Amino acid sequence: MISRRHLVAGLVAAPAAAQQRVDLGMVLADGRALANPFEGKRGMIVQRSLPPLLETPLEAFDSVDLGAPVLTPTNRFFVRWHYAFPTEIDPAAHRLAVMGHVGKPRMLDLPALARLPQTEVMAINQCAGNGRALFSPRVPGAQWANGAIGNAVWRGPRLADVLALAGPLGGATAVRASGLDVPMMEGAPAFAKSLSLEHAIGGEVMLATHMNGEPLPIVHGFPIRLIVPGWYSTYWVKMVDRLEILAAPDAGYWMATAYRRPDSQAAGGSRPVTAMRPRSLITSHAPGSRHRWAETVQLRGVAMGGDTGVRAVAVSSDAGASWVPARLGPDFGPHSFRRFEASISPARGDVTLLARATNARDETQPLGEDWNPGGFERQIVEPVRVNFGLDARL
Amino acid sequence: MRALMFLSAVLLVAAAPVSVDLVDADGMFADLPGASAEAVNGNCLACHSAAMVLYQPALTPVQWQATLGKMRSVYKAPIDAADDAAILAWLNAHSVGQTPAK
Repeated sequence: MISRRHLVAGLVAAPAAAQQRVDLGMVLADGRALANPFEGKRGMIVQRSLPPLLETPLEAFDSVDLGAPVLTPTNRFFVRWHYAFPTEIDPAAHRLAVMGHVGKPRMLDLPALARLPQTEVMAINQCAGNGRALFSPRVPGAQWANGAIGNAVWRGPRLADVLALAGPLGGATAVRASGLDVPMMEGAPAFAKSLSLEHAIGGEVMLATHMNGEPLPIVHGFPIRLIVPGWYSTYWVKMVDRLEILAAPDAGYWMATAYRRPDSQAAGGSRPVTAMRPRSLITSHAPGSRHRWAETVQLRGVAMGGDTGVRAVAVSSDAGASWVPARLGPDFGPHSFRRFEASISPARGDVTLLARATNARDETQPLGEDWNPGGFERQIVEPVRVNFGLDARL
Repeated sequence: MRALMFLSAVLLVAAAPVSVDLVDADGMFADLPGASAEAVNGNCLACHSAAMVLYQPALTPVQWQATLGKMRSVYKAPIDAADDAAILAWLNAHSVGQTPAK
Protein backbone atom coordinates (compact mmCIF):
# COMPACT_ATOMS: atom_id res chain seq x y z
CA MET A 1 0.00 0.00 0.00
CA ILE A 2 1.17 3.50 -0.80
CA SER A 3 0.30 6.33 1.47
CA ARG A 4 -1.86 9.01 -0.01
CA ARG A 5 0.24 11.44 2.00
CA HIS A 6 3.09 10.95 -0.49
CA LEU A 7 1.03 12.66 -3.13
CA VAL A 8 0.00 15.51 -0.95
CA ALA A 9 3.48 16.01 0.44
CA GLY A 10 4.91 15.96 -3.05
CA LEU A 11 2.68 18.64 -4.43
CA VAL A 12 1.55 21.05 -1.78
CA ALA A 13 4.23 23.49 -0.69
CA ALA A 14 3.16 23.69 2.95
CA PRO A 15 0.88 26.68 2.40
CA ALA A 16 -0.25 28.65 5.40
CA ALA A 17 -3.78 28.59 4.07
CA ALA A 18 -4.23 26.55 0.93
CA GLN A 19 -6.75 28.01 -1.44
CA GLN A 20 -9.81 25.84 -1.90
CA ARG A 21 -11.23 24.95 -5.26
CA VAL A 22 -14.30 27.05 -6.05
CA ASP A 23 -17.00 25.22 -7.97
CA LEU A 24 -18.78 27.84 -10.00
CA GLY A 25 -22.11 26.06 -10.32
CA MET A 26 -21.81 26.49 -14.08
CA VAL A 27 -22.18 23.45 -16.29
CA LEU A 28 -21.35 23.28 -19.99
CA ALA A 29 -23.93 21.98 -22.45
CA ASP A 30 -22.01 18.70 -22.54
CA GLY A 31 -22.51 18.32 -18.79
CA ARG A 32 -19.03 19.20 -17.57
CA ALA A 33 -18.69 21.61 -14.64
CA LEU A 34 -16.48 24.68 -14.44
CA ALA A 35 -14.36 25.53 -11.41
CA ASN A 36 -11.63 27.87 -10.20
CA PRO A 37 -9.13 25.16 -9.22
CA PHE A 38 -6.49 27.37 -7.62
CA GLU A 39 -5.27 30.96 -7.64
CA GLY A 40 -4.51 32.14 -11.15
CA LYS A 41 -6.99 29.86 -12.93
CA ARG A 42 -10.69 30.42 -13.38
CA GLY A 43 -13.55 28.78 -15.25
CA MET A 44 -11.72 25.55 -16.06
CA ILE A 45 -12.80 21.95 -16.56
CA VAL A 46 -10.80 20.15 -13.87
CA GLN A 47 -10.00 16.72 -15.24
CA ARG A 48 -7.63 15.98 -12.37
CA SER A 49 -6.46 17.96 -9.34
CA LEU A 50 -2.99 16.44 -9.05
CA PRO A 51 -0.87 16.59 -11.06
CA PRO A 52 -3.20 19.15 -12.62
CA LEU A 53 -5.10 18.54 -15.84
CA LEU A 54 -7.19 21.61 -16.65
CA GLU A 55 -9.17 21.99 -19.87
CA THR A 56 -10.36 25.28 -21.35
CA PRO A 57 -14.03 25.53 -22.32
CA LEU A 58 -14.25 26.57 -25.99
CA GLU A 59 -16.38 29.58 -25.06
CA ALA A 60 -13.17 31.14 -23.66
CA PHE A 61 -11.92 31.51 -27.25
CA ASP A 62 -15.09 33.21 -28.50
CA SER A 63 -15.50 36.87 -29.43
CA VAL A 64 -18.28 38.60 -31.35
CA ASP A 65 -15.58 40.85 -32.82
CA LEU A 66 -13.81 39.19 -35.73
CA GLY A 67 -10.94 41.66 -35.32
CA ALA A 68 -10.47 41.03 -31.60
CA PRO A 69 -7.14 39.79 -30.26
CA VAL A 70 -7.00 36.03 -30.40
CA LEU A 71 -4.85 35.37 -27.36
CA THR A 72 -6.07 32.93 -24.76
CA PRO A 73 -5.96 34.64 -21.37
CA THR A 74 -3.33 33.00 -19.20
CA ASN A 75 -5.87 32.37 -16.44
CA ARG A 76 -8.00 30.30 -18.86
CA PHE A 77 -5.07 28.46 -20.52
CA PHE A 78 -5.12 24.65 -20.31
CA VAL A 79 -2.66 22.87 -18.00
CA ARG A 80 -1.18 19.42 -18.35
CA TRP A 81 1.48 17.77 -16.16
CA HIS A 82 2.57 14.14 -16.11
CA TYR A 83 4.42 14.29 -12.81
CA ALA A 84 4.79 16.35 -9.66
CA PHE A 85 6.70 19.60 -9.92
CA PRO A 86 8.01 22.22 -7.47
CA THR A 87 5.24 24.52 -6.33
CA GLU A 88 7.78 27.14 -5.24
CA ILE A 89 10.72 28.25 -7.35
CA ASP A 90 13.37 30.84 -6.60
CA PRO A 91 14.37 32.32 -9.96
CA ALA A 92 17.65 33.58 -8.54
CA ALA A 93 18.67 30.01 -7.79
CA HIS A 94 17.54 28.48 -11.07
CA ARG A 95 20.22 27.17 -13.41
CA LEU A 96 20.02 25.78 -16.92
CA ALA A 97 22.63 23.16 -17.73
CA VAL A 98 23.67 23.00 -21.38
CA MET A 99 25.78 19.91 -21.64
CA GLY A 100 26.45 16.64 -23.43
CA HIS A 101 28.13 16.61 -26.83
CA VAL A 102 29.39 20.19 -26.57
CA GLY A 103 32.75 21.93 -26.44
CA LYS A 104 31.96 24.10 -23.44
CA PRO A 105 29.32 22.85 -21.00
CA ARG A 106 27.49 25.75 -19.37
CA MET A 107 25.43 26.44 -16.28
CA LEU A 108 23.33 29.48 -17.17
CA ASP A 109 21.35 31.65 -14.79
CA LEU A 110 18.29 33.62 -15.85
CA PRO A 111 20.14 36.94 -16.33
CA ALA A 112 22.37 35.14 -18.84
CA LEU A 113 19.28 34.22 -20.84
CA ALA A 114 17.90 37.76 -20.54
CA ARG A 115 21.12 39.17 -22.02
CA LEU A 116 20.61 37.21 -25.24
CA PRO A 117 18.52 38.76 -28.03
CA GLN A 118 14.84 38.35 -27.16
CA THR A 119 12.26 37.19 -29.67
CA GLU A 120 8.48 36.88 -29.60
CA VAL A 121 6.09 34.52 -31.29
CA MET A 122 2.33 34.13 -31.14
CA ALA A 123 1.84 30.41 -31.16
CA ILE A 124 -0.72 27.73 -30.43
CA ASN A 125 0.10 25.24 -27.71
CA GLN A 126 -1.99 22.09 -28.19
CA CYS A 127 -1.79 18.77 -26.37
CA ALA A 128 -1.16 15.84 -28.71
CA GLY A 129 -4.17 14.19 -27.09
CA ASN A 130 -6.53 17.13 -27.54
CA GLY A 131 -9.95 15.71 -28.46
CA ARG A 132 -9.08 12.21 -27.20
CA ALA A 133 -12.42 11.81 -25.40
CA LEU A 134 -14.26 12.31 -28.70
CA PHE A 135 -12.76 9.27 -30.43
CA SER A 136 -14.97 6.26 -30.96
CA PRO A 137 -14.25 3.71 -29.67
CA ARG A 138 -13.03 5.58 -26.60
CA VAL A 139 -9.41 5.19 -25.49
CA PRO A 140 -7.82 5.53 -22.05
CA GLY A 141 -5.78 8.61 -21.14
CA ALA A 142 -6.54 12.21 -20.28
CA GLN A 143 -10.13 12.62 -21.45
CA TRP A 144 -9.86 15.95 -23.21
CA ALA A 145 -12.64 17.27 -25.37
CA ASN A 146 -11.23 19.98 -27.65
CA GLY A 147 -10.04 22.45 -25.03
CA ALA A 148 -6.47 21.24 -24.43
CA ILE A 149 -5.32 24.09 -26.63
CA GLY A 150 -4.50 27.78 -26.31
CA ASN A 151 -2.81 30.62 -28.13
CA ALA A 152 -0.33 32.95 -26.46
CA VAL A 153 2.55 35.33 -27.09
CA TRP A 154 5.78 33.71 -25.92
CA ARG A 155 8.98 35.67 -25.37
CA GLY A 156 12.54 34.65 -24.71
CA PRO A 157 15.86 33.89 -26.38
CA ARG A 158 16.16 31.61 -29.37
CA LEU A 159 17.22 28.07 -28.50
CA ALA A 160 19.90 28.40 -31.18
CA ASP A 161 21.56 31.27 -29.29
CA VAL A 162 21.50 29.35 -26.01
CA LEU A 163 23.00 26.24 -27.59
CA ALA A 164 25.69 28.34 -29.29
CA LEU A 165 26.99 29.36 -25.85
CA ALA A 166 27.95 25.74 -25.26
CA GLY A 167 29.12 24.97 -28.79
CA PRO A 168 27.64 21.69 -30.03
CA LEU A 169 30.38 19.45 -31.40
CA GLY A 170 30.48 17.79 -34.80
CA GLY A 171 28.35 14.68 -34.75
CA ALA A 172 25.69 16.26 -32.52
CA THR A 173 22.29 15.20 -33.83
CA ALA A 174 19.65 16.09 -31.25
CA VAL A 175 18.86 18.18 -28.19
CA ARG A 176 17.02 16.65 -25.25
CA ALA A 177 15.18 19.00 -22.91
CA SER A 178 14.03 18.13 -19.40
CA GLY A 179 12.73 20.08 -16.44
CA LEU A 180 12.10 20.12 -12.72
CA ASP A 181 9.14 17.74 -12.76
CA VAL A 182 10.03 14.37 -11.29
CA PRO A 183 8.44 10.93 -11.44
CA MET A 184 6.55 9.92 -8.31
CA MET A 185 8.32 6.58 -8.07
CA GLU A 186 11.99 5.77 -8.40
CA GLY A 187 12.79 4.09 -11.69
CA ALA A 188 9.94 5.64 -13.64
CA PRO A 189 11.11 7.51 -16.74
CA ALA A 190 11.83 11.20 -16.15
CA PHE A 191 10.01 13.38 -18.66
CA ALA A 192 12.30 14.49 -21.48
CA LYS A 193 11.73 15.28 -25.15
CA SER A 194 14.14 15.72 -28.03
CA LEU A 195 14.32 17.74 -31.20
CA SER A 196 16.75 17.16 -34.02
CA LEU A 197 19.66 19.61 -33.83
CA GLU A 198 18.59 21.01 -37.20
CA HIS A 199 15.12 21.80 -35.83
CA ALA A 200 16.50 23.11 -32.54
CA ILE A 201 18.74 25.70 -34.19
CA GLY A 202 16.32 26.43 -37.03
CA GLY A 203 15.38 29.77 -35.52
CA GLU A 204 11.77 29.37 -34.43
CA VAL A 205 12.37 27.26 -31.34
CA MET A 206 12.60 29.42 -28.22
CA LEU A 207 13.26 29.18 -24.51
CA ALA A 208 10.41 31.36 -23.28
CA THR A 209 10.52 33.20 -20.00
CA HIS A 210 7.31 35.17 -20.63
CA MET A 211 3.77 34.31 -21.67
CA ASN A 212 1.32 37.01 -22.74
CA GLY A 213 3.68 39.69 -21.46
CA GLU A 214 4.16 38.32 -17.94
CA PRO A 215 6.66 35.88 -16.46
CA LEU A 216 5.48 32.32 -17.00
CA PRO A 217 3.21 31.12 -14.19
CA ILE A 218 4.47 28.06 -12.33
CA VAL A 219 1.87 25.78 -13.89
CA HIS A 220 2.97 26.86 -17.36
CA GLY A 221 6.62 26.13 -16.70
CA PHE A 222 8.21 29.00 -14.76
CA PRO A 223 10.93 30.07 -15.18
CA ILE A 224 11.78 28.67 -18.65
CA ARG A 225 9.71 26.75 -21.14
CA LEU A 226 10.66 25.31 -24.52
CA ILE A 227 8.47 26.72 -27.31
CA VAL A 228 8.26 24.66 -30.49
CA PRO A 229 5.91 26.55 -32.82
CA GLY A 230 3.80 24.27 -34.99
CA TRP A 231 4.51 21.15 -32.93
CA TYR A 232 2.37 19.54 -30.27
CA SER A 233 2.71 20.58 -26.66
CA THR A 234 4.51 17.40 -25.60
CA TYR A 235 7.71 19.00 -26.94
CA TRP A 236 7.11 22.26 -25.06
CA VAL A 237 9.04 21.09 -21.99
CA LYS A 238 8.27 23.11 -18.86
CA MET A 239 10.58 24.32 -16.05
CA VAL A 240 13.59 23.49 -18.22
CA ASP A 241 16.78 22.97 -16.26
CA ARG A 242 18.73 20.80 -18.67
CA LEU A 243 19.53 20.77 -22.36
CA GLU A 244 21.54 17.74 -23.34
CA ILE A 245 23.13 17.62 -26.77
CA LEU A 246 23.06 14.07 -28.07
CA ALA A 247 25.24 12.34 -30.63
CA ALA A 248 22.78 9.47 -31.06
CA PRO A 249 18.98 9.20 -31.34
CA ASP A 250 17.10 9.62 -28.05
CA ALA A 251 16.01 6.14 -26.99
CA GLY A 252 14.21 7.37 -23.85
CA TYR A 253 10.66 6.31 -23.02
CA TRP A 254 9.01 9.63 -23.92
CA MET A 255 10.50 9.57 -27.43
CA ALA A 256 10.83 5.88 -28.27
CA THR A 257 7.65 4.53 -26.64
CA ALA A 258 5.20 7.26 -25.64
CA TYR A 259 3.52 9.86 -27.87
CA ARG A 260 3.69 7.61 -30.89
CA ARG A 261 1.10 6.05 -33.16
CA PRO A 262 1.15 2.94 -35.33
CA ASP A 263 2.45 3.49 -38.85
CA SER A 264 3.10 0.49 -41.06
CA GLN A 265 5.37 2.59 -43.30
CA ALA A 266 7.67 3.62 -40.44
CA ALA A 267 10.70 1.79 -39.15
CA GLY A 268 9.64 -0.16 -36.07
CA GLY A 269 5.98 0.14 -37.02
CA SER A 270 5.29 3.48 -35.34
CA ARG A 271 6.07 7.14 -35.74
CA PRO A 272 6.29 10.00 -33.23
CA VAL A 273 3.60 12.62 -32.94
CA THR A 274 5.28 15.84 -34.12
CA ALA A 275 3.79 18.66 -36.24
CA MET A 276 0.21 19.82 -35.74
CA ARG A 277 -2.46 19.75 -38.44
CA PRO A 278 -5.18 22.11 -39.61
CA ARG A 279 -8.17 22.39 -37.29
CA SER A 280 -11.15 24.64 -36.67
CA LEU A 281 -13.19 24.92 -33.49
CA ILE A 282 -16.66 26.44 -33.34
CA THR A 283 -16.79 28.73 -30.32
CA SER A 284 -20.20 30.39 -30.69
CA HIS A 285 -22.28 27.22 -30.26
CA ALA A 286 -21.30 24.60 -27.70
CA PRO A 287 -21.99 20.93 -28.45
CA GLY A 288 -25.44 20.03 -27.12
CA SER A 289 -26.52 23.65 -26.64
CA ARG A 290 -30.01 25.02 -27.40
CA HIS A 291 -30.58 28.30 -29.19
CA ARG A 292 -33.35 30.56 -30.35
CA TRP A 293 -34.01 30.02 -34.05
CA ALA A 294 -33.39 32.94 -36.36
CA GLU A 295 -33.29 33.24 -40.11
CA THR A 296 -29.66 34.28 -39.96
CA VAL A 297 -27.25 33.18 -37.24
CA GLN A 298 -23.61 34.19 -36.78
CA LEU A 299 -21.34 31.18 -36.49
CA ARG A 300 -17.92 31.93 -35.01
CA GLY A 301 -14.76 30.08 -34.18
CA VAL A 302 -11.00 29.86 -34.29
CA ALA A 303 -8.90 28.03 -36.85
CA MET A 304 -5.30 26.93 -37.14
CA GLY A 305 -3.18 25.70 -40.01
CA GLY A 306 -1.08 23.26 -37.97
CA ASP A 307 2.51 24.25 -38.66
CA THR A 308 1.62 26.90 -41.21
CA GLY A 309 -1.04 29.57 -41.67
CA VAL A 310 -4.76 29.33 -42.34
CA ARG A 311 -5.84 29.88 -45.95
CA ALA A 312 -9.60 29.37 -45.69
CA VAL A 313 -12.42 28.12 -43.51
CA ALA A 314 -15.76 26.83 -44.77
CA VAL A 315 -18.81 26.17 -42.63
CA SER A 316 -21.96 24.11 -42.96
CA SER A 317 -25.22 24.17 -41.02
CA ASP A 318 -26.71 21.12 -42.71
CA ALA A 319 -24.23 18.40 -41.74
CA GLY A 320 -22.08 19.01 -44.81
CA ALA A 321 -24.71 18.99 -47.57
CA SER A 322 -23.73 22.57 -48.39
CA TRP A 323 -20.82 24.80 -47.41
CA VAL A 324 -20.24 28.53 -47.34
CA PRO A 325 -16.89 30.30 -47.01
CA ALA A 326 -16.26 32.01 -43.69
CA ARG A 327 -14.79 35.48 -43.26
CA LEU A 328 -11.34 35.36 -41.70
CA GLY A 329 -10.09 37.65 -38.96
CA PRO A 330 -6.66 39.31 -38.93
CA ASP A 331 -3.66 37.11 -39.64
CA PHE A 332 -1.43 37.03 -36.55
CA GLY A 333 1.16 34.78 -38.15
CA PRO A 334 1.47 31.15 -39.19
CA HIS A 335 1.38 29.72 -35.66
CA SER A 336 -1.56 31.67 -34.23
CA PHE A 337 -5.28 31.06 -34.05
CA ARG A 338 -7.20 32.94 -36.68
CA ARG A 339 -10.80 33.91 -36.06
CA PHE A 340 -13.55 33.05 -38.52
CA GLU A 341 -17.17 34.04 -38.79
CA ALA A 342 -20.01 33.19 -41.16
CA SER A 343 -23.71 33.91 -41.49
CA ILE A 344 -25.71 30.72 -41.63
CA SER A 345 -29.41 29.99 -42.13
CA PRO A 346 -30.07 26.97 -39.96
CA ALA A 347 -33.13 24.76 -40.10
CA ARG A 348 -35.38 24.73 -37.05
CA GLY A 349 -34.72 21.99 -34.56
CA ASP A 350 -31.70 19.72 -34.44
CA VAL A 351 -28.81 20.90 -36.60
CA THR A 352 -25.25 19.68 -37.13
CA LEU A 353 -22.78 22.53 -37.52
CA LEU A 354 -19.42 21.99 -39.20
CA ALA A 355 -16.31 24.06 -39.82
CA ARG A 356 -13.43 23.01 -42.02
CA ALA A 357 -10.05 24.75 -42.16
CA THR A 358 -7.58 24.61 -45.04
CA ASN A 359 -3.98 25.65 -44.46
CA ALA A 360 -1.46 27.49 -46.61
CA ARG A 361 -0.29 24.19 -48.11
CA ASP A 362 -3.88 23.36 -49.12
CA GLU A 363 -4.10 20.62 -46.52
CA THR A 364 -7.64 20.41 -45.19
CA GLN A 365 -9.39 18.70 -42.31
CA PRO A 366 -10.67 15.18 -43.04
CA LEU A 367 -14.36 14.39 -42.67
CA GLY A 368 -13.70 10.92 -41.29
CA GLU A 369 -12.11 10.01 -37.98
CA ASP A 370 -8.44 9.09 -37.91
CA TRP A 371 -8.74 6.71 -34.94
CA ASN A 372 -5.53 5.53 -33.26
CA PRO A 373 -4.99 3.71 -29.97
CA GLY A 374 -3.34 6.67 -28.21
CA GLY A 375 -6.07 9.10 -29.25
CA PHE A 376 -3.53 11.50 -30.79
CA GLU A 377 -3.63 14.13 -33.56
CA ARG A 378 -7.41 14.53 -33.70
CA GLN A 379 -8.25 16.88 -36.56
CA ILE A 380 -11.58 15.65 -37.93
CA VAL A 381 -14.19 18.20 -39.02
CA GLU A 382 -15.93 18.15 -35.65
CA PRO A 383 -19.71 17.71 -35.81
CA VAL A 384 -21.32 20.15 -33.38
CA ARG A 385 -24.90 19.06 -32.71
CA VAL A 386 -27.08 21.88 -31.44
CA ASN A 387 -30.76 22.73 -31.37
CA PHE A 388 -32.36 25.84 -32.86
CA GLY A 389 -35.81 25.36 -31.43
CA LEU A 390 -36.08 27.47 -28.34
CA ASP A 391 -38.53 30.01 -29.78
CA ALA A 392 -40.91 27.27 -30.96
CA ARG A 393 -41.86 26.65 -27.36
CA LEU A 394 -42.34 30.28 -26.38
CA MET B 1 14.88 45.78 -28.70
CA ARG B 2 17.53 47.23 -26.39
CA ALA B 3 14.86 48.59 -24.04
CA LEU B 4 13.06 45.27 -24.06
CA MET B 5 16.21 43.38 -23.18
CA PHE B 6 17.00 45.75 -20.34
CA LEU B 7 13.49 45.48 -18.96
CA SER B 8 13.48 41.70 -18.98
CA ALA B 9 16.87 41.56 -17.31
CA VAL B 10 15.62 43.78 -14.51
CA LEU B 11 12.42 41.79 -14.11
CA LEU B 12 14.27 38.53 -13.93
CA VAL B 13 16.95 39.64 -11.54
CA ALA B 14 14.48 41.34 -9.25
CA ALA B 15 12.00 38.48 -9.27
CA ALA B 16 11.14 36.96 -5.91
CA PRO B 17 10.36 33.28 -5.42
CA VAL B 18 7.18 32.26 -7.16
CA SER B 19 4.73 29.76 -5.75
CA VAL B 20 1.33 28.22 -6.27
CA ASP B 21 -0.91 26.30 -3.87
CA LEU B 22 -2.34 23.16 -5.38
CA VAL B 23 -5.04 21.27 -3.56
CA ASP B 24 -6.60 17.89 -4.14
CA ALA B 25 -10.32 18.52 -4.54
CA ASP B 26 -10.95 15.07 -6.02
CA GLY B 27 -11.45 13.21 -2.74
CA MET B 28 -11.28 9.47 -2.18
CA PHE B 29 -12.84 6.63 -4.12
CA ALA B 30 -16.16 5.41 -2.71
CA ASP B 31 -17.21 1.83 -2.11
CA LEU B 32 -19.34 0.45 -4.94
CA PRO B 33 -21.92 -2.33 -4.75
CA GLY B 34 -19.90 -5.49 -4.28
CA ALA B 35 -16.53 -3.71 -4.54
CA SER B 36 -14.64 -2.15 -1.64
CA ALA B 37 -12.62 0.97 -2.49
CA GLU B 38 -9.90 0.11 0.02
CA ALA B 39 -7.47 -1.30 -2.54
CA VAL B 40 -7.89 1.54 -5.07
CA ASN B 41 -7.62 4.15 -2.33
CA GLY B 42 -4.48 2.45 -1.04
CA ASN B 43 -2.75 1.98 -4.40
CA CYS B 44 -4.10 4.39 -6.99
CA LEU B 45 -3.71 7.79 -5.32
CA ALA B 46 0.02 7.91 -4.71
CA CYS B 47 0.83 9.32 -8.15
CA HIS B 48 -2.41 11.01 -9.21
CA SER B 49 -5.63 12.17 -7.63
CA ALA B 50 -8.92 10.32 -8.02
CA ALA B 51 -10.42 12.20 -10.95
CA MET B 52 -7.89 10.61 -13.32
CA VAL B 53 -9.74 7.34 -12.82
CA LEU B 54 -13.24 8.75 -12.46
CA TYR B 55 -12.94 10.61 -15.79
CA GLN B 56 -12.04 7.51 -17.77
CA PRO B 57 -14.71 6.05 -20.05
CA ALA B 58 -16.18 2.63 -19.29
CA LEU B 59 -13.05 0.67 -20.07
CA THR B 60 -13.24 -3.08 -20.58
CA PRO B 61 -11.69 -5.49 -18.04
CA VAL B 62 -8.87 -6.06 -20.54
CA GLN B 63 -8.22 -2.30 -20.78
CA TRP B 64 -8.24 -1.89 -17.00
CA GLN B 65 -5.86 -4.83 -16.66
CA ALA B 66 -3.53 -3.20 -19.21
CA THR B 67 -3.77 0.13 -17.38
CA LEU B 68 -2.84 -1.50 -14.10
CA GLY B 69 0.07 -3.18 -15.84
CA LYS B 70 1.27 0.14 -17.26
CA MET B 71 1.16 1.79 -13.85
CA ARG B 72 3.36 -1.00 -12.51
CA SER B 73 5.78 -1.50 -15.43
CA VAL B 74 6.23 2.07 -16.70
CA TYR B 75 5.49 4.25 -13.67
CA LYS B 76 6.86 1.75 -11.14
CA ALA B 77 3.82 1.93 -8.87
CA PRO B 78 4.61 -0.48 -6.02
CA ILE B 79 1.25 -2.19 -6.20
CA ASP B 80 1.09 -5.36 -4.14
CA ALA B 81 0.15 -8.21 -6.48
CA ALA B 82 -2.20 -9.41 -3.78
CA ASP B 83 -4.27 -6.25 -4.34
CA ASP B 84 -4.70 -6.71 -8.10
CA ALA B 85 -7.96 -8.59 -7.88
CA ALA B 86 -9.57 -6.06 -5.56
CA ILE B 87 -8.34 -3.12 -7.66
CA LEU B 88 -9.68 -4.61 -10.88
CA ALA B 89 -12.95 -5.55 -9.20
CA TRP B 90 -13.50 -1.93 -8.17
CA LEU B 91 -12.49 -0.53 -11.58
CA ASN B 92 -14.78 -2.94 -13.40
CA ALA B 93 -17.63 -2.16 -11.01
CA HIS B 94 -17.00 1.53 -11.70
CA SER B 95 -17.30 0.95 -15.44
CA VAL B 96 -20.66 -0.76 -15.02
CA GLY B 97 -23.33 1.84 -15.43
CA GLN B 98 -21.14 4.26 -17.37
CA THR B 99 -21.69 4.64 -21.09
CA PRO B 100 -19.85 1.66 -22.54
CA ALA B 101 -16.63 2.31 -24.45
CA LYS B 102 -18.02 1.78 -27.93
